Amino acid sequence: MLERGGVANSWKTERWDSLRLLTPNWQSRLPGYGYDGADPDGFRTVPELIEFIDRYARVISAPVQTNTAVTAVKRSDSGYLVETDRGEWRSKTLVLATGACNRASIPACVEAVPRFIQTLTPMQYRNPEQLEPGGVLVVGASATGVQLAQEIHRSGRPVTLAVGEHVRVPRIYRGKDIQWWMDATGLSDQRYNEVDDITRARRLPSMQLVGTVERLTLDLNALSAIGVKLVGRLAGIRDGRLQFSGSLRNQCALADLKLGRLLDTFDLWARDHGVENIGGPARLPPTAIEDSPPLEINLAAGEIKTIIWATGYRPDYSWLQIPVLDRKGQIVHDGGITGSPGVYVMGLQFLRRRKSAFIDGAGDDARDLSNHLQAYLGGSGARFEALAPTQDSG
Amino acid sequence: MASSDIAVDNGVNVEALLGARKALTEAPEAAKFQWRASCKWINGTHSNSTVEGFFGLGTEQHHRKTFSFDADHPEIFASEDKGATPVELVLVGLASCLTAGIAAVAQNRGIQLRSVSATIEGAMDIQGILGIDSDVRNGFDGIKVKYQIDADATPAEIKALVAQSQKRSAVFDIVTNPTNVSVEVN
Repeated sequence: MLERGGVANSWKTERWDSLRLLTPNWQSRLPGYGYDGADPDGFRTVPELIEFIDRYARVISAPVQTNTAVTAVKRSDSGYLVETDRGEWRSKTLVLATGACNRASIPACVEAVPRFIQTLTPMQYRNPEQLEPGGVLVVGASATGVQLAQEIHRSGRPVTLAVGEHVRVPRIYRGKDIQWWMDATGLSDQRYNEVDDITRARRLPSMQLVGTVERLTLDLNALSAIGVKLVGRLAGIRDGRLQFSGSLRNQCALADLKLGRLLDTFDLWARDHGVENIGGPARLPPTAIEDSPPLEINLAAGEIKTIIWATGYRPDYSWLQIPVLDRKGQIVHDGGITGSPGVYVMGLQFLRRRKSAFIDGAGDDARDLSNHLQAYLGGSGARFEALAPTQDSG
Repeated sequence: MASSDIAVDNGVNVEALLGARKALTEAPEAAKFQWRASCKWINGTHSNSTVEGFFGLGTEQHHRKTFSFDADHPEIFASEDKGATPVELVLVGLASCLTAGIAAVAQNRGIQLRSVSATIEGAMDIQGILGIDSDVRNGFDGIKVKYQIDADATPAEIKALVAQSQKRSAVFDIVTNPTNVSVEVN
């Protein structure tokens, strides 16, 4: 296992201070390892998560080669050549587990942002004190965007939130966490070849969720209630003016309708399975939108001092020199099995199951893919040897 | 959702559309289209526009015949009212695009439509176009569309049809988002 930094590196270096995991403690289930504390329904802070992963690495004696950054992966005569900043490795098989969130995805209109505006990605953001006093535009209303909008607005910096396609969910429904419902109804385990349009399912924005001690719902209505201003998707920047799409009402209608269908699914399942000791069915009020949300903000007017791009993350495959990428730079795979023999990918959204990108999804996917990998190697187990490794990695 | 043993027919060939989607996913160059219109001034505010050719699937294409549209201003603007106003044509474009989308989405979702009608209103303060008040924009303050739909579906499914149609509509995108326009002379 080659790790560019320490175990849980991206959690140690690329997350904001207040972040908690979006899945409850009980759901961080890894093979032979799980939560054994007193707060199964709570949400781990980032330091707690780092400790959890660190401990797992020790419990399973994971052969982690830390502080070893992969610089290139190429085909070789016998398989694959992995170049790192600490020597070369050769292998017959490879598992790419670098995840889907290596860099922040920023819209092209960033080029048109005037220089007097501070811009940040969520990977650079730590806490509101980093930001100048004054208004903040948060672009994007998925999990990251809604969390940063709330925290920054509460710091006294008025937030405007640009809202495109989003997935609205309540944290708690009928007394149970949304993740309990996803798990219990089997939605989390749904296979990638069981959905109508897997390409679309893999592109779905993250659910609007936050992990808090109070287990609060953080939807657009909750943000409006504290004074966050909602505008349409950021459509462009022209002459120092932010332009917002007039589609906000429909984006919210789509999310409200989708939420209604999800809750219908849950209610039906609960009825059919005779689930007891849960609250009655309920529906959330529609997302409230003002009659004419602003379509434009002139940055020169000084209302906005900072822009935060909560517009998603992308994998970084700049080091991957084997032909497994499509024309948009994404790995082509069938449930984690790539077209290059012996090369597998893990931890991407809906890779094999809806839960594939969650900690809870790693075990099942690893089991499936290691079976395939073992068959590829002829059942003889992994052959993975270091080629003249440097000895200073300690 | 209608059951699959009842043939749903909204007059939309969904198989052809899905086939085109698959083919164009594999050959994205063929997805590059260009739509065109020609416009000729007649007299006063009256003009006549035609559409006939367009480009798509890698080659020149043609409508089955040339379609013609007269545009003018009404008599209260001291014009002869020989056609719809251009802004009304924009409303026509939006309503017909959304309506076509509703039929296509309904067909794809197995929903039989019985009737679909829409009214569409664009509010405008003409102080903008007359140059009376520079704070008033030329275009619409806002557009309101109201659909009356009778279909074999629940109210939520019908709402979802209309929402999905907006999500996939070219004209909805054109009127809700900015577009670069370049106008050259001679």
